[in-house]
Amino acid sequence: MNEYTIHQAKMLPLDRANVDTDQIIPKQFLKSIKKSGFGPNLFDSWRYLDTGYPGQDNSIRPLNNEFVMNKKKFLGSEVLIAKDNFGCGSSREHAVWALQDSGIKSVIAPSFADIFFNNCFKNGLLAIEVSDEVINKLFELSESENIVNIDLENQALLDINEKLICNFEIEPFRKKCVLEGLDDIGISLQYSQEIKAFEEGLKQKSPWIFR
Amino acid sequence: MARTLYDKLWDAHVVAQREDGTSLLYIDRQLIHEVTSPQAFEGLKLNGRKLWRRSASKATPDHNVPTLDREKGLKGIKDKVAKLQVTTLDENCKEFEIEQFDILDKRQGIVHVVGPEQGITLPGMTVVCGDSHTSTHGALGALAMGIGTSEVEHVLATQCLVATKQKNMRVNLNGVLPEGVFAKDLTLAVIGKIGTAGGTGYAIEYSGNCISGLSMEGRMTVCNMAIEAGSRAGMIAFDETTMDYVKGRPYSPKDSEWDVAINQWKDLHSDPEANFDKEIQMDVSSLKPQVTWGTSPEMVIDIDSEIPCPRNESEKLALEYMGLQEGMKMEEIKLDQIFIGSCTNSRIEDLRVASSIVKGNKVSSNIKRAIVVPGSGLVDQQAKEEGIDEIFTEAGFEWRSPGCSMCLGMNPDQISEGQHCASTSNRNFEGRQGYKGRTHLVSPATAAASALSGNFADPRGS
Ligand code: SF4
Repeated sequence: MNEYTIHQAKMLPLDRANVDTDQIIPKQFLKSIKKSGFGPNLFDSWRYLDTGYPGQDNSIRPLNNEFVMNKKKFLGSEVLIAKDNFGCGSSREHAVWALQDSGIKSVIAPSFADIFFNNCFKNGLLAIEVSDEVINKLFELSESENIVNIDLENQALLDINEKLICNFEIEPFRKKCVLEGLDDIGISLQYSQEIKAFEEGLKQKSPWIFR
Repeated sequence: MARTLYDKLWDAHVVAQREDGTSLLYIDRQLIHEVTSPQAFEGLKLNGRKLWRRSASKATPDHNVPTLDREKGLKGIKDKVAKLQVTTLDENCKEFEIEQFDILDKRQGIVHVVGPEQGITLPGMTVVCGDSHTSTHGALGALAMGIGTSEVEHVLATQCLVATKQKNMRVNLNGVLPEGVFAKDLTLAVIGKIGTAGGTGYAIEYSGNCISGLSMEGRMTVCNMAIEAGSRAGMIAFDETTMDYVKGRPYSPKDSEWDVAINQWKDLHSDPEANFDKEIQMDVSSLKPQVTWGTSPEMVIDIDSEIPCPRNESEKLALEYMGLQEGMKMEEIKLDQIFIGSCTNSRIEDLRVASSIVKGNKVSSNIKRAIVVPGSGLVDQQAKEEGIDEIFTEAGFEWRSPGCSMCLGMNPDQISEGQHCASTSNRNFEGRQGYKGRTHLVSPATAAASALSGNFADPRGS
């Protein structure tokens, strides 16, 4: 096992399709100008019984004990499992920051909304697409031992006994970025010459773009 | 080889192909607002990076500016956290010398209304903004996409987006929209048909004679909600309607440049033989006004029908949240609030249609609040010149200052727990317009007719 393995992680099973980013982090928390501190408000309106607002002491708020995140068995989960079209709706990257701030290292679902999926990888949050069959299996596991291992290097999900559940696909570049913690802007700036040349051509061709 | 509109826009902007198959796509324009940009500017500063091209970016605050007390400018923002975001945008624009239509500028408004209105976004361009409804600008024959904050930072620093090409999808809409049925009904009906994930992984081109017959405003309404169909980019071919709309706007090309531009733009359509990975057909001639009953835009039905039997867990939860039962007639739902605004429906044409229904009538006594929020300062000004604001206020509507307002309730404009709101915005997600609020998406005409009856009303009868 290498250091990029998410080892013996607990799963947080969120049995809903079309979970949108408004649910992941409600809009009142987007007023922050920072990237951190969103964790306590992850799934705010499902998780607490009252209305949340920024800057409040979340530790004294009434919890919705029915919500999966508040169940003892799932405290400290690192892998969120969900249903189809996870992360749809608004483009807010705060959704990813909120998940990460809550200790979530990976999200597994049968499908993701495009922008959310991109945002995950920009922040090193590993989003994994699996078949309906596999997701059902993971939901089953969450009811029993609730452990999954993620071996990114070998693109594999393993159960508690390190027996293979499935292999998953991931774009090689995304994989490399997560594995090596690469800085996307730095990589793109290596193409500065090409960008400049392209821009010069465009300036000749369509000068109105440059106003 | 025959290419689609999307292929052409894509090809014209690829700077380099990276080994991994992703492309560096040159971005002509980036629109910036206060909510998704502070962390991007912070990132630039932390890494000591410069802005690649100052003129590419234009900014305006919209999401959490209050719609009352606008003349007080920043002082009118009571919420301290919101104010900090707006002043942070001011400071960042100043530091990086980015042109901004600030809170007191009469051009200020919702980014997706301001961009086309100013000619900042133009045909043939690649346009990005840290906001998913950037798809709106695709109506001009542009490739416009919503991006996340890291990508905002990436574009600021490199003028490029790292992107993977999407597949091509065409939504063919043919027929003439019946009286009282509008672009909003059209785009909702498409989402009802293909689902909120129907366009995931695709760039959607809307075409067909119904689209060609739509005004630019209507086309923007259609493309605005491409994202609700799962697609990051919606677009429409350039034609005479586009040309007439773009001509004479402040940032549009002028004089000899105009001819050069037209020459380039007239190629902005799919070649007849171009291949699409997915095609959808719809005849719109018998389309009815649409209303959403649930908590996802795909949970949508004809206004004169009954709430369907839930088909799955999500639909069951949605009905529960909305406090509705299957079999209920939509027209029986009592409404508490009416919101006419948002980047979907806050342009002058939307306000004209709604005001023509409202004119000489009164808002029903069971409506607790009905507000109209123009999309920009210029829409506001135009409406006032036409006396539209008075028609609304005489009927009992409140006329507010431009911004996103109740579309997402980041400012004080919200609906209360359990209230039903007929809203011309684009998202009926749980809590979107206020904690436990219940949003129903409709066209401006339906919102106006419903304001008068106090429950959902068919604008075809008014
Ligand atoms: S009006 Fe609504 S959907 Fe449009 S940009 Fe503002 S918040 Fe987003």
